[in-house]
Amino acid sequence: MNKHVMDKSVGETRLDRETQGVIGKPVDRYEGKLKVSGRAPYAYEHLLEEKNVGYGFVATAGIGKGRIKSVDTGAAQAAPGVLAVVTGDKILRSSAQPGSPAAQTIDGQVFHYGQPVAVVVAETFEQARHAARLIKVDYEPAASGRYDLSQVKDKGVASDQGVMPADTERGNFEKAFSEADVQFDQTYTTPSHHSSAMEPQASVAKWDGDMLTVWSSCQLLESNVQQIAHGVGVPVEKVRLLSPYIGGGFGNKLGIGPDAVFAALGAQAAGRPVKLALARPQVYQVTSRRSETIQRVRIGTTKNGKITAFAHETWAANSPGNGFFEPAGVSSVFLYGGEHRRVSHRLSETDVLMTSAVRAPGEAVGMLATENAMDEMAEKLGLDPVEFRRINEPKQDPQNDIPFSSRKLVECMDDGAKRFGWADRPKTPGSRRRGEWLIGYGMACASRKNQLQKSSAEIEMSPAGHATVRTSMTDIGTGTYTILQQIAAEMLGLPLDHVSVELGDTSLPPSSGSGGSWGANSAGSSVYVAAEAVIEEFAKRLGVDADTLTLKDGHAIANNRRIPFSEILKGEAYKVTGTVEPGETSEKFTQSSFGAHFCEVAVSSVTGETRVKRLLTVAAAGRILNEKTATSQCYGGQIWGIGSALEEELVIDKRSGLLVNHDLAEYHVPVNADVPKLEVVLLPERDPHASPLAGKGIGELALAGVGAAITNAIYNACGVRVRDYPMTLDKVIAGMRDDLTDAA
Amino acid sequence: MITLTINGTEHRIDADVRTSLLDALRDHLAMTGTKKGCDHGQCGACTVLVNGRRINSCLTLAVMHEGDAITTIEGLGEPGNLHPMQEAFLHHDGYQCGYCTPGQIVSAVGMLGEVKDGWPSHVSDHLTGEQGLTPEEIAERMSGNICRCSAYPNIVDAIRTASDKTKEPA
Repeated sequence: MNKHVMDKSVGETRLDRETQGVIGKPVDRYEGKLKVSGRAPYAYEHLLEEKNVGYGFVATAGIGKGRIKSVDTGAAQAAPGVLAVVTGDKILRSSAQPGSPAAQTIDGQVFHYGQPVAVVVAETFEQARHAARLIKVDYEPAASGRYDLSQVKDKGVASDQGVMPADTERGNFEKAFSEADVQFDQTYTTPSHHSSAMEPQASVAKWDGDMLTVWSSCQLLESNVQQIAHGVGVPVEKVRLLSPYIGGGFGNKLGIGPDAVFAALGAQAAGRPVKLALARPQVYQVTSRRSETIQRVRIGTTKNGKITAFAHETWAANSPGNGFFEPAGVSSVFLYGGEHRRVSHRLSETDVLMTSAVRAPGEAVGMLATENAMDEMAEKLGLDPVEFRRINEPKQDPQNDIPFSSRKLVECMDDGAKRFGWADRPKTPGSRRRGEWLIGYGMACASRKNQLQKSSAEIEMSPAGHATVRTSMTDIGTGTYTILQQIAAEMLGLPLDHVSVELGDTSLPPSSGSGGSWGANSAGSSVYVAAEAVIEEFAKRLGVDADTLTLKDGHAIANNRRIPFSEILKGEAYKVTGTVEPGETSEKFTQSSFGAHFCEVAVSSVTGETRVKRLLTVAAAGRILNEKTATSQCYGGQIWGIGSALEEELVIDKRSGLLVNHDLAEYHVPVNADVPKLEVVLLPERDPHASPLAGKGIGELALAGVGAAITNAIYNACGVRVRDYPMTLDKVIAGMRDDLTDAA
Repeated sequence: MITLTINGTEHRIDADVRTSLLDALRDHLAMTGTKKGCDHGQCGACTVLVNGRRINSCLTLAVMHEGDAITTIEGLGEPGNLHPMQEAFLHHDGYQCGYCTPGQIVSAVGMLGEVKDGWPSHVSDHLTGEQGLTPEEIAERMSGNICRCSAYPNIVDAIRTASDKTKEPA
């Protein structure tokens, strides 16, 4: 086993030498031709040749909370084409919480509106869908339910099952805040969000004796296969999970969807393979969502704008038995200076669908509040928002006094301000107008904690000298296939078309999976380690030191000789596995990617509608592995920011916990016409402490703070601060000064 | 039994009267390039061309399409022989996860046909005569195809590139 533990920083590597010249280059996606021609098979699209397939459909609950007295499956069983109906204790409530050993079961209860109660399998999809409606459930409804976070906020507890500690304190915040020259204290609210990936969760399950094969749409195969095994009730060794193509995840597929277990149970009951896709409304009601949040931000400064006290106190919801809380304060711990600090998270139980990770959990909504607060405080101090942040740029992590592994926040702000023309911003709200449109500029900062995870990959060199990379890693649209090909090609000195990549199969070496922006660095580093081992073997066979070996175009160059790989391999394949693990650099350095967003909006003085006119993100995230896919990730983050600022709100019915707008017509995600020309600048950076690749995560960075840059621009345009996301036109027009509005 | 003409080939299938054109393609004909994103006509992932015009195949029943010429993503091109629109999406990175992509590409091809025929859109500054293909026009006309990865800027660029090469709708 070739293992690299990240205990110390990496020096110059073959990736820096760029001998092959493919790392970082904006090459087209490895699997692109399959995707643009409709040939890439997603979860539901397996076993196409199998004639004897059953189709599953989920029946769901029509109350918000209560006990299931009985489930009458008679009419469904008798319906045409029905092969089996599955009810009982193995029915899952929702998706599995990411990384948990198992998804929760219903245990005869209704925990939330729209929760699964039964699964029907029939000869055809149409028959299954019809029969699912014939399931009759007799409920004993609960007298009342908890559907409104603001009503149960004060019962919130400090959960120890989050992705960060619930509380972080330094110094004496209350005292420092009360003694501060200038004080700011505001509360912000953000709504529930849904990932809304384009591919609904779907699974195909097939039994061969006691062996179960499941094709499903999953981000983290190593924990997902365990969740399936637990849900079905078989040893994990008996389950193989495949997710070669995933139609978007955004956190919603970190844990298995209930479809994975339902397809397997349905296949068991029906005695044939079963396909089961969640219907789109079920994607909203039976998987997971981001919690709504309440966030109080207090900042105390000196007269000159130096922060002395900073507090970010947050409240979120989850359903019974779930300790995950939205880590809204994650960036507040270290982003700005200040001697006295408090970040807290309180979690309250509600009877609504489980909450879990949605893209950039924490930063995505936490920085809506804090980056608005920084803007409001800058105005109060009479400082430019960029200048206020510069004054409070910490030299090291202000919470624990350890150094940052790399931090180019000020460079991002300065570069962005220059490119954007920030100096030309309207100095006071409502001072610039083009016809009915009020023009405003806003900015905000971005940070996203960097994480390295344990991950393994295998490289097999064919006798001809071509390489195949294999790992259970997933590509959720992030570009994993492509960057792993680039890393292997650069390290081994191979043209790109001499490197194949196989992903998304638990029979391959175990990987980190995709989530938390750790995938590229973790899986990519495992390929780096495996490639180093191949190079060591080549050097050994050639009798030279590996460091003296130059690899290019499938040839090894040493001692003035140029030897083709096929000659070194002597007609035999060579296979090796590499593993990377986080180590001491995770403890000794605070690791994060940083960035800055600049935005111009136009706000209608007639309707209050906001149009984003320009949006620039300058980011520094260590080595960029593929400029094209990294830029695409950033566009995605920026556009998600437009969604969270202006559009997205999963509406919870306060009477029943029903997620009211449970489809793509009513849950408003940005469409093409909502998006202006975007600009993304990736500053050159290497972070030798973050991973052997010297890279950091980027997929979520570009979302962190974007929404606040937009809403800060809205304030600059028309003088309206809403503090209750999203800033829809009704809220904006209601707050507009009479002298600015043209509304009748 | 119904007969569907897809990408120039006739297929006979034994489908339920409730079977949508989308499910006929995916479940009966193993043509899974056309995607099911919502089954409610809200996302555009299932876009196909029927007699040259783009429609949501989830919102129409298979039995309604005997005699129609249906074009799916598989009919536009294949990995070794891509349609110019597919090439342009590949080069401009007009996709990420790839799930909405076949619908985007088929929709874009259909959209160019609408522009060629002089159909105005919500953002057109005139209702009759020739219509231009500005980025604003493309964004407006492609807003029935949702991309949650949000490849929109690249989709617009891809369509602009392809429109120079695509003379006729498929």
